[in-house]
Parts: sequence; structure tokens; C-alpha cells
Amino acid sequence: MVLFVLRRLIQSLFVLLAVSIVVFFAVYAVGDPIELLVSPEATPEARAAMIARLGLDLPVWQQYLGFLSRALHGDLGTSFVHGVPAIQLIVQRIPATFELVVVAIALTCLAGIPLGLLAGLHRDRLLGRGILSGSVLGFSVPNFWLGMMLILTFSVWLGWLPASGRGEPVKVMGVGLTLFTAEGWSHLIMPAINLALANIALVLRMTASGVIEAQSQEYVKFARAKGLRPGRIVRRHILRNILIPVVTVIGMEFGSLIAYSTITETVFAWPGMGKLLIDSVYHLDRPVVVAYVMLATLIFVVVNLIVDILYAALDPRVQLVERAA
Amino acid sequence: MQTSREHTRTVPPLAETPRRARILRQLRAQPTVRGAGLALLALIVLIIAAPLFAPQNPYDLANLDLLDGRLAPHSQAMNGMTYLLGTDDQGRDMLSAILYGLRISLLVGLSSVALATLTGSLVGLTAAYVGGFVDALLMRIVDFILGFPTILVALVLLAIMGRGVDKVILALVLVQWANYARIMRSRALQERRKEYVEAAANLGYPAWRIMLVHLLPNCLGPVLVFATVQVAHAIVLEATLSFLGVGVPITEPSLGLLIANGFQYLLSGDYWISLFPGLALLALILAINILGDRLRAAMDPRRG
Repeated sequence: MVLFVLRRLIQSLFVLLAVSIVVFFAVYAVGDPIELLVSPEATPEARAAMIARLGLDLPVWQQYLGFLSRALHGDLGTSFVHGVPAIQLIVQRIPATFELVVVAIALTCLAGIPLGLLAGLHRDRLLGRGILSGSVLGFSVPNFWLGMMLILTFSVWLGWLPASGRGEPVKVMGVGLTLFTAEGWSHLIMPAINLALANIALVLRMTASGVIEAQSQEYVKFARAKGLRPGRIVRRHILRNILIPVVTVIGMEFGSLIAYSTITETVFAWPGMGKLLIDSVYHLDRPVVVAYVMLATLIFVVVNLIVDILYAALDPRVQLVERAA
Repeated sequence: MQTSREHTRTVPPLAETPRRARILRQLRAQPTVRGAGLALLALIVLIIAAPLFAPQNPYDLANLDLLDGRLAPHSQAMNGMTYLLGTDDQGRDMLSAILYGLRISLLVGLSSVALATLTGSLVGLTAAYVGGFVDALLMRIVDFILGFPTILVALVLLAIMGRGVDKVILALVLVQWANYARIMRSRALQERRKEYVEAAANLGYPAWRIMLVHLLPNCLGPVLVFATVQVAHAIVLEATLSFLGVGVPITEPSLGLLIANGFQYLLSGDYWISLFPGLALLALILAINILGDRLRAAMDPRRG
């Protein structure tokens, strides 16, 4: 177990290192780095100061080491637009994005698993076929367009929900959240549904195919032969076995939900890290883009590690100690 | 190609022909498949023949009249023409814009998938055939790329490269090739153990010839099935990137960009600028996804 976690930690460090190299060459080495790093309005003096500060006359590997050591000290540059450290700017936006992603994951579990169960148990009836066909629609609808149609329906036509923005955050243990006010939820619910929909379709289909497969297994046939009530078979025998892969997928989707939240946040003007990324791309605010990529990589790496460990903890058949180790 | 036919034919195709025919027969019998197939066919005809069907050329500025801007569906133009689906802020007929936008969406989707399939297949084939260190290195790169959400990588790539149809295609190829490399490698690893590959190697053929002429045709099936479905994925990706403002340029509006243009007028109730291009996009994607879904289900070996 300890060995496995250590191995994965070392792997994760390599991934972070690789991303830092790619980012370094993309931003610093391709084209004129000064064009990318100093805003076009900068004075010649500021430009010269920047060249000196970044040591652009040094060999490439020395430049990279400099970039790396600054990054390790939490310095990924200062935003051109806001004039504050890029890292700080992103960290401020993290609670808004996490709030959205966590609610979307909750919706995925609450809708995806029961619907998938229904579809799997009634797959030859209209109900099951209807749910499964609906799920094709669910992952076909372009996310951003669906968001706009939600706004059109519930904000413009019906006037029930606000079209954009986030409610006034309430401080909970030092973190500003909007989960505890009705106003917060009125802003949150549409973006959360928008973000969750493709995931609901995915989890639904996974659950359904798991149920279909489990129903033909010996242990389910045996439980049925023993005369157990159908409800008990579903709860104790089928669900328990299929939930492991489903939970793993939901965990892994955490990372991609953070990525997809860039779209949802843009549509609903939700003040999270994704919206910040898009705004920074518009304003050519490169330090923020670089900082976002590094921080997002860190989050993905940590999430994947946690999911792997949880997976092994949930499923006794998975052994963490690899033979190669 | 012709001379090597004897070698490739000796093993699988004979056994697979009846299965392929059965799958096609099964598929054709399903009403959903027929519906989706017909819809896709109709869309492709509309896309190819867009200049014939479109009431106006949306790129020809001489045709556009700003006074016709943001007219609701079924409005009369200054010149007496009826705008069936309304107009956008530039006074562009939405129906025409959608037909031309579909062309760009499909162009980007098809060409990026074709290039990604080509690149990925060659990488996967090389990894499987050469093996050893090359294999390990290539597959670590593949793992690395697939470890990140596609949309984010494409977004960051385009943020660095700038807008343009060619750049979008390049970005989509860069984020997608790794999938094909992985599928091709696992398929080629199974195939390369077979006798015909050994026979070709014993005949002294060079590695490139064995890979391209002997292995590749026999490994292509699963890769192509995957590629079919990925066209829909690529089209959505392009639309999303264009919506986020890093995709195709304003002079060549794809469906995604048309939808994005309508976003600013959505709150004032001008729904048609975003609604109709979105429906067209949805129809295209849904048709491809339904066909892909059924194809995958029919090819599933567990169904016998």
C-alpha cells in the first residue's frame, strides 16, 4: 500500500514536470517570449527590466530552471489585467468552481444511478428503452447550447431563475459558499444541471449495462432461486457489485468537470476559475493561463491518485502492490 | 498493394465476411438506424449542395443589409424575400448561415478525425511492431495526453496558437491522435503474433512494408468504428471552442460561432439566432451518435 502510493506520487511528480516543460516551451520558447510576457502597452524601460529579470540572455536550460524554481515558490507571474499574482487570482476563484462541481456530482449520483437501475431492470420494456434513448440525447446535446437554452426558457421566457452570476457567498469556515441561501441556489441550480447532464447520461449508461450484466451472473440467479425478494436482490446483490466501477468513474469525472466548468461558467457568467481562464485568454493574460494550467494539472494528479486509492479500498479484488514494484 | 494480397487474404477476412454481412443486415432492420441514416444522408446532401439551397450567400457582404438585422423568423426582407428562420445582427439569413456553417463544422470534424486516425494508427502500429523502449516511450506519451480533459488541452493550445480553421484542425488532431494510437496498438499486438506476419518477416520484407501492407489492413476495423463516433465528438469540440472564442475566425462562421453570436441577444428574447444553429448541430451529432451507438452494440461480441 505505502509502496503503491509512493510509486504513484513519483509518477505524479513526473507528470507535473512534463507539463511544466511543455508549458515552458509553449509560452517562453516559441515566438518572442517578451511579446507574450510583457503587455503591449508596457514602456521600453519595463520591457528592458523584464528581459533582465527573466534572464532571457541565458541558455534555454537555465531559463527553464529559473522558471521552475519560481514556480515552486508559487510565483507564476503577475496578471497583466489585474496586477496581482496569477496564483492568488485563481485561488480566490476555486470555491466557486468547486461548489458548482460538487453539486453537479451530487446531481449525477442522484439522477444517474436510479435512472440507470430502472433502465437496466426494464431494458426490454418501453421505460428502459426510453431512458436509454434519452441518454443518447443527453450526451449529444452541445453543453454550451443547452446552457443557453436553459437561460432562454427559465430566465427569459418564464422568468423563474436569474440568468447569470452567483449569489452572495456566506463565509463557512473561512470559505465563501452560496449553498446555504435560497438566493444562492437560484443562481446555482441551472449551471449545476447544465454541467451535470452529460455525466448523468454517462453514469446512467454505465449503471444500466452493469445491471444487465449482473442479472445474468450466477450469484444473482442463486439469490433468485433462494427465493429472495426482488428488492433485496437489487439492493444487496446487484447494486453493491456494480457501484464500484460507477463510483470510480464519478471520481475520475471530477477532473473533467473542472475542465468543462469553463464552458458552463462562461455561459452563466459564474465567477469561477474557468471563467477566469476564458477571460484571460481573451485579454492575452498569459501568466494567468500558465498558472491555471499548472494548478489544474496539480488538481487532476491529486484527484487521480485519490481515486486510485479509493478504488482499491472499495474493491478487495484490486491489489495495490504491483508485481513490478 | 496488389502483389501482397495473397498474404493478407490467408487469415481473417474469410472468417469475418459473414459476420460483417449479418451485422449490416441487423442494423438495416432497425427503424432508429434507418431514421438516423436518412437524416445524416439528408444533412450531407444539404451540406454539399448548400449553394443551391441557401437563399443567399452569407459571406457575400453585398447581399447583406444591416437594416434587415435581427428580424424574427418569417419576416420580410427589404427586397421582398422571406427570412424563414430570421436574421442575425448583420442582417444575414439564418437558414443560409446554418447551411454554410454546417459545411465548416463537418469539414473540421472529418478532416481532424481523418488526420488523427492516420497519425494515431501509425504511432500505434510502430509501438506494437517495434516494441521495447520505443513502445514504452510512445505509450507513456499517449497516457500523458489522455490524462487531461480534451477540451482543456485544445483550449490552451488554441489560446497559444490563435484562431483559424487550420489551427482548430491541428489542435483537434493533437488532442485526439492518442486514442487511435492506443486502440491500434492493442489490435496490432494481437495481430502481429499471427502466422502471416511471421511469413512476411521470413520472406525478408522490410518492417515498413509488413506494418503498412500486412498489419494495417487487418487492424483497421475497430479503429474505423471508433473514428465514426469521434466525428461527432470533434464537431462538438470545434463548436465549443468557437463558442469560447478560440476556434474558427469570424469570417468563416461554423455552427458554434453562429450560436455564440446569438448569445448576446438571447436576453432580449431574440432566440432564433442561437436556437436554430443549435438544432442543426444537435441533429448532425445525434444522427452520428445513434448510428455509432447501434454499430457498437451490433459489433459487441457478447451478443454473438
